Amino acid sequence: MIRIVTIGMNHRTAPVELRECLARDPQNVPRALVALQENAAIREGLFLSTCNRVEVLCTTDASEKAHEGVVSILRGLGGVPDGEILEGLYVLEDTACVQHVFQVASSLDSMIVGEPQILGQLKEAYVQATQRRMSGVILNRLMHRAFHVAKRVRTETGISDAAVSISYAAVELAKKIFHELTGRKVLLIGAGEMAELAARHLLGNGVSDLSVANRTFGRAVEVAEEFRGKPVSFDEIGSELLDADIVIASTASPEYVITYEQVKGCLRKRRNRPLFFIDIAVPRDVEPRVNELGNVYVYDIDDLKGVIEINRAQREQEAVKAQRIVQEEVLRFERWLKTLGVVPTIVSLKEKVDAIRRAEIRRSLTSLGPLTEEQERVIEVLTVSIAEKIIHDPIVTLKRKADRPSRDQVLDVTRQLFHLDES
Amino acid sequence: MAWLLFRLALLLILLATGGMIVFIIRQKKGIFRWSYRILFAGFLVHTLFLAHQFAVLGTAPVLSLKSALGFFAWTVTGIYLLFQLRYRLMVLGSFIAPLAAILLILSTSIPGSESVAVRPLFKSLWLTFHVLTVFAGDGMFAVAFAAAVMYLLQERQIKRKRFGSLYKRLPSLETLDAINHRALVLGFPLLTLGLVTGAIYAQQALGRFWRWDPKEVWSLITWLAYAVLLHERLTVGWRGRRAALMSIACFLLLIFTFVGISLISSDYHSFRSLEGAAVP
Repeated sequence: MIRIVTIGMNHRTAPVELRECLARDPQNVPRALVALQENAAIREGLFLSTCNRVEVLCTTDASEKAHEGVVSILRGLGGVPDGEILEGLYVLEDTACVQHVFQVASSLDSMIVGEPQILGQLKEAYVQATQRRMSGVILNRLMHRAFHVAKRVRTETGISDAAVSISYAAVELAKKIFHELTGRKVLLIGAGEMAELAARHLLGNGVSDLSVANRTFGRAVEVAEEFRGKPVSFDEIGSELLDADIVIASTASPEYVITYEQVKGCLRKRRNRPLFFIDIAVPRDVEPRVNELGNVYVYDIDDLKGVIEINRAQREQEAVKAQRIVQEEVLRFERWLKTLGVVPTIVSLKEKVDAIRRAEIRRSLTSLGPLTEEQERVIEVLTVSIAEKIIHDPIVTLKRKADRPSRDQVLDVTRQLFHLDES
Repeated sequence: MAWLLFRLALLLILLATGGMIVFIIRQKKGIFRWSYRILFAGFLVHTLFLAHQFAVLGTAPVLSLKSALGFFAWTVTGIYLLFQLRYRLMVLGSFIAPLAAILLILSTSIPGSESVAVRPLFKSLWLTFHVLTVFAGDGMFAVAFAAAVMYLLQERQIKRKRFGSLYKRLPSLETLDAINHRALVLGFPLLTLGLVTGAIYAQQALGRFWRWDPKEVWSLITWLAYAVLLHERLTVGWRGRRAALMSIACFLLLIFTFVGISLISSDYHSFRSLEGAAVP
């Protein structure tokens, strides 16, 4: 009995440090795929790694063994102790797993529900799995259905309309404050995937001037190079605040990096130009009181999530609709999956009938004497259609019983009646 | 004829205002486009009406509170149309058109005649110039006021991080602040010019530049308030919320000077005296 299994962690089950350990190294994807390939218990496998989730999706005959194998693969990737990894892991099988995959694909399981990046990431993971021939009948079908579900959810519900991701929300807000982002100055304090994403989004919207501050100057230089920005030291933040329009803060610092007094002190020199803080850090980098200053706006990660939930009631309604689509598609997929169980019987039934037909033709042709090609063709067509018509009803019945509890009984009877197990 | 023109203008502007309000709720550009055209038509008809009044009276038709309010509505509409050309900000109309409509409704609901017997004293080019510049300045300040109100509404939502249905409909803070700034920068010289031409007219007609009557005093106070606001904006760099609050306060002061003082006082600027009573 083949099972479909997902083992992984996401933003709800595992702390960011743990996810980061696993997701940081881009070489992890091929490494994980190779390990999956080498594991005898795993038939098909796929490795998905984004900043909010790390997941292995596989099919297996021996789910216990596969489970152990996947956990040891994950442990090998991040160098994290067993206990810690196991705490954040979820294991989903069969129906629950299919449902989960559909939800992930249609971004219902994302930190920001409806953000579009996840679908691309899943497609990429699938491509990498197919390149290593790690995807077979079930995974292929599952992935294609998942992409189909994602498309349905996107077009039939409004879930992805309003907001897309935190960085998108930040850019939208910046536009409501500054109107145009062209020529605005961004200061990036600390660097992380989210902060860089936000910075990239701002750059894509016309921001041209970017400074990067980091406690380790080397890292600042690195990030600055990536964005063609200017690296600055941590002590220069004060003077950078005089020019910056948008500040993205995402350091791991336990105390505030930007204080009320510091911002208050530079407002007059800035001639009260608006200043927008995007505080992605947890714990926060910008003292919340800074928001009380005139022409200064501070948004932390929860606020940004709030922005996205502007039409919360409506979005919840859309989410219900999306869940219904997912359920519908899960049922459809399961029905297909169960037909997989009757397929071998149908195949051997067809093979048996065809073998009989060929044998009979061979015998009859010798006693019929010389025939024209046309006549031979007619006999061929005639026997094929008789044979097909005879087994048509049994096949239809089998397919219909595929997802019924009586399936095994019907399979048994069929195999006995047609003597399918003799050879 | 004049009555018909005025009624038609009123009808068109009310229709346009209704359209602008429907626009801000439904967010259909087509509605705005039609409202804008209707408003423009209303403005043209109103202009015809005022031109007719000017021809009949021989001076700017602002001699009663009734006609002054109507004239104010006309300048507000006209200046909005100019701003629309520059900023193409549809939602601005949803805030300014109602203001013009209210002024017009007030104008029609006040009893009084449009065409009083005009004393020769008022038939002066300086007076016409005085009225035009003052009212153009007031129109600018009305736009600044509307932008300030919109700014405060939008700023409040962004600051408190609670977003209502207006958030999407209102433009960016920067745009609103820029409109407020621009309207102030344009309005202030107009008001100044209005006061100067008024003084010149007073010198010619009454023999004195400045008479310290209540309207003049309050006009000076309003002018000073705007001067302070402009100064803070240009040199200190005031902007945003504080500038918006101040420009709302200034506009309320202006309305008080315009309507309140004219009703309370009985000096020569008051409409009672303008309408024919002898100057005390």
